[in-house]
Amino acid sequence: MTFGSVTVTMLGLLFVTFIIGRVMPIDPVLSIVGERASKSTYDAVYNQLGLDKPLLVQFFYYIWDVLHGDFGTSLLNARPVADDIRRVFPATLELASLGVLFGIVLGVPLGVIAAVRRGSWIDQIARVVALVGYSMPIFWLGLMGLLVFYGILGWVGGPGRVGIFYVDVVPSVTGMILIDSIIDGNWTVFKDAFSHIILPASLLGYYSLAYVSRMTRSFMLEQLSAEYITTARVKGMSERAVIWRHAFRNIRVQLITVIALSYANLLEGSVLTEIIFSWPGIGSYITTALLSADMNAVLGGTVVVGLIFILLNIFSDLLYRVFDPRAK
Amino acid sequence: MNALNRLMTTAALGLAVAVTSVPSWAETPANMLVIANRIDDITTLDPAESFEFAGSDVSRNVYGKLVNFDPLNMGAGYQPDLAESWTVSEDGKSITFTMREGVKFHSGNPVTAQDAEYSLRRAVILNKTPAFILTQFGFTPENVEQTIKADGNTLTITTDKRYATSFVLNCLTATIGGIVDMKTVMANEADGDMGNTWLKTNTAGSGAYTVQSWKPNDSVTMVSNPDFYLGAPAMERVIVRHVQESATQRLLLERGDIDVARNLNPEDIAGARSVAGVAIDDELRGRLMYISLNQNHPELSKPQVRQAIKYLVDYEGMQNSFLNGQYTIHQNFLPQTYLGAVNENPFTLNIDKAKELLAEAGVSGLEIEVGVREAQERIEIAQSLQNTFAQAGITLNITVGTAKQILARYRARDLDVYMGAWGPDYPDPQTNAGTFAYNPDNSVEAQATGLLAWRNAWDTGGLTEKVDAAVVEGDREVRAQMYHDIQAEFRETAPFAILFQKIEQTGRSENVKNLTLGGAITAVSYWPVTK
Amino acid sequence: MSETQTLRAWLLTDAPTSRRHAKLASLYKGWLSLRSNSMAMFGLAILIILGLIAAAAPLLAPHDPFFQDLGNRLGPLGAEDHVLGTDSLGRDILSRLIYGSRITLYIVTLVALIAPIAGLLVGTVSGYAGGWIDMILMRITDIFLAFPRLVLALAFVAALGAGIENAVLAISLTAWPPYARIARAETLTIRSSDFISAIRLQGAGPLRIITKHIWPLCISSLIVRVTLDMAGIILAAAGLGFLGLGAQPPSPEWGAMISEGRRFILDYWWVATMPGLAIFTVSLAFNLLGDGLRDVLDPKDSGQ
Repeated sequence: MTFGSVTVTMLGLLFVTFIIGRVMPIDPVLSIVGERASKSTYDAVYNQLGLDKPLLVQFFYYIWDVLHGDFGTSLLNARPVADDIRRVFPATLELASLGVLFGIVLGVPLGVIAAVRRGSWIDQIARVVALVGYSMPIFWLGLMGLLVFYGILGWVGGPGRVGIFYVDVVPSVTGMILIDSIIDGNWTVFKDAFSHIILPASLLGYYSLAYVSRMTRSFMLEQLSAEYITTARVKGMSERAVIWRHAFRNIRVQLITVIALSYANLLEGSVLTEIIFSWPGIGSYITTALLSADMNAVLGGTVVVGLIFILLNIFSDLLYRVFDPRAK
Repeated sequence: MNALNRLMTTAALGLAVAVTSVPSWAETPANMLVIANRIDDITTLDPAESFEFAGSDVSRNVYGKLVNFDPLNMGAGYQPDLAESWTVSEDGKSITFTMREGVKFHSGNPVTAQDAEYSLRRAVILNKTPAFILTQFGFTPENVEQTIKADGNTLTITTDKRYATSFVLNCLTATIGGIVDMKTVMANEADGDMGNTWLKTNTAGSGAYTVQSWKPNDSVTMVSNPDFYLGAPAMERVIVRHVQESATQRLLLERGDIDVARNLNPEDIAGARSVAGVAIDDELRGRLMYISLNQNHPELSKPQVRQAIKYLVDYEGMQNSFLNGQYTIHQNFLPQTYLGAVNENPFTLNIDKAKELLAEAGVSGLEIEVGVREAQERIEIAQSLQNTFAQAGITLNITVGTAKQILARYRARDLDVYMGAWGPDYPDPQTNAGTFAYNPDNSVEAQATGLLAWRNAWDTGGLTEKVDAAVVEGDREVRAQMYHDIQAEFRETAPFAILFQKIEQTGRSENVKNLTLGGAITAVSYWPVTK
Repeated sequence: MSETQTLRAWLLTDAPTSRRHAKLASLYKGWLSLRSNSMAMFGLAILIILGLIAAAAPLLAPHDPFFQDLGNRLGPLGAEDHVLGTDSLGRDILSRLIYGSRITLYIVTLVALIAPIAGLLVGTVSGYAGGWIDMILMRITDIFLAFPRLVLALAFVAALGAGIENAVLAISLTAWPPYARIARAETLTIRSSDFISAIRLQGAGPLRIITKHIWPLCISSLIVRVTLDMAGIILAAAGLGFLGLGAQPPSPEWGAMISEGRRFILDYWWVATMPGLAIFTVSLAFNLLGDGLRDVLDPKDSGQ
């Protein structure tokens, strides 16, 4: 993707979001003035929001502001949307990153083993583990996980990012509490935050694992059936070397693409997890904003998520171009 | 493969160790109150603008008012707060408040009559949604200079006609009556907004607490005001955390990670009740659950059909099953504990009677749409209605939408039937009488979208005048009787079927004492709480 | 020589006598290889059973799925007359699950028709036409790809109103871009192949080439992708139901049933768990079948 096409895509993304926001029969004015508002109060806010102007004019104003780094203020809580995003995005980033980490650490080896021992019991188990992951309704799994590991066993922390006692204890540098507490050297907070993140991250990690392991398996199968592997084997190279030094080496780029995609999916797809775990992340932020027609917040959130998605795509495209000989 | 096996074993072990080594503490610190609640309705902290439940909960603990309720003795009615005493003029139109001496704002500025004057004028001039609570007395941005006036240590407010004094004072206990720190607010004014933008996210009051941080959809943290004029509160920090799910709130409560859970459903209340260390409080609140029938609908406007619908609700069945303990049958528009409230609930499920009435009206094969917002208990009420309506041959189609979506259609008179809740705005009977039974101009052009009677295109059949008469009646007993009469007529003829009144059930840790949610008349108070 | 043997031999021939013959033969071979995959067959069996249950719902359901009995709510598992218990309004959960299978099948079928066809149209036109048409269509595809999916679906449903049909449209709207990408990639390889040039020389127009020659070749990779997407579609529909924007009450849609039952998850876990299991079983069945189909239909392409 070129810079131009990214710009066009982003503009289109904004425009579609904008249109959706405007045609949606959820009334942003009602969100602000509430149920009891009289007609005059209502009209005052209506005009103040510029809703009386033509759609294209409104859109133009919005783009103009965004180009000047101003995402506007949230209609609902009167704060700059940029501040809100700075607050909620690190929460999601932290959760998704740990989730992807689980996915990679467990999913890649699982996929490799499944491919090497194709058709064996371990391959079948890997297949079932992954397909079960694809098939599980996450809200159900999340509630059950909370019940068992938090409610009954008490092994993990409850909903939220840290225990209430530790809220705002470490200074916010990155917005990611695990990292902030390391920077601050506050290990109590780190432990507490870790105990809170482990369960939702494991859940997301399971989904990531399912995807990563299936993909790893098929990439590996393709490599293992290639001629050069047979050659290497004939030459008497050890099986381990064949698998890791040759086959695995060749799927690295593809794998990174898959991981990037999985990462993007977790970043945008953790809405339900965030709701169940009271996780103040960008998914629930956008959803709440959308349901109350807080369009500035929805637009801001969508821009950020969309941009990340596009950047991750460009990143994996670049990797392909640089490392994959077949892609010229 | 050995390397791999080792890697996976290490990873699994690492996880297990990390997870099990986490300490778990059994209770919150002794000087801190931690509450789980749904606070996603807070849109502003400005008392001139704040109008939703969770916002009132914050405001009540931050802003002092001229008159206020004693949380430990709600039945006593309004009491002196920042105003030490008051007198009413001969003609009953002017009330003069004498301010309490020596009370300070959180900033250290003294609370003066000028602050009170500024706060009330400000609310009228800004004219945000709750402004009607004050402007119904004839205050306008143009006349506030004369009608709301400070003089030395006193503040005089003058209404456009004589109202029951209790009505005026009750209105001043609402959130909009909060007294803000004029100097601090004006220092943060921008573009002539009277500090509205700043006060949306900051506080400048004289109450028991100040807001340290408000993270939308996440938490509100309050710290105590050690100089609070009634004495420093025992809870030095109060944290209200947004927790959406009842099950999650219950787990947090049972694990001792929170002190109070405010949104437990009947099943979780029953479950939590049996847990050691957890106590359940029941408190009657002002919120009513009702259905209303659009009078523009040719069939629904027939008196027999309105009657029939009231016989087609399984009041008992719902109260004793999925609403168990959280709603009580109530068929009148004034909530129990209000002046003039009556406790007559004549309607019960009676399919035959309803069929008779429908036949009398010549109605058959009626198909209507009910709008319900996305909240599980309301959807269940709607489904129960659907079930009983069907037994009398009425097809009820349920449309579920977000709160704003359904509300917008309701306000536009676009629904056949609306099923929802109504909470009183201030602790005076006028708050509900003035919306359920009051509609001076039923025309489309009037756009009186704030009035429930207007939304249902109901001209109130003469009740409007009776409501007008009741609101200026000075004698308490006579006034109460007038509301009894209005409600008796309303119950039989109105296109509203009031169904239930809310009982809020709170799960709390046993050691938390003196937490009152505000009953039917006000919001929660944290300052008397001990543990 | 029995009839079936003849048919089998005819299907397994190495020298097909007509195009139809060849097509049927390759289908049959695919079927044989799929049949040897026990997990895929297991998935297929579940789906067939699901179809039968949906078709015979009125015969199988022990109760009226809408019949309320407030006096007998949240009945336990294994209760007399209500094997899977009753829900919050005292309705029989088993009967609701049985009727709910119809809704699930309805949603899945519609999305499985709309999204791939839309994707196929956009992808093949884009790939075949090239130039600025390609550019515009692909930008649009990118925009929809970059959109947070649940947000798009939510917004769409919120805009048009909740309901199954709108949920189907919303899910289709988020599901078509990957199909368009696949179809475009396939079209690009096919377009430059010799046989298309030959057909073009014979005077066939673009419309004919796309519909008669390119579409059939794209179908197999789309089918694999659709089957693998089914679980996601079911879960997305359930997610919308969970957020209250899917099927409207009192419809026994499984996601809405979980949403209703999740309030009781601590004490009456089966109310949410039974529909959860139903969703899980069907999703798993689609995944098992899709995984098997992928092995059969395009062993190399891994579904991306």
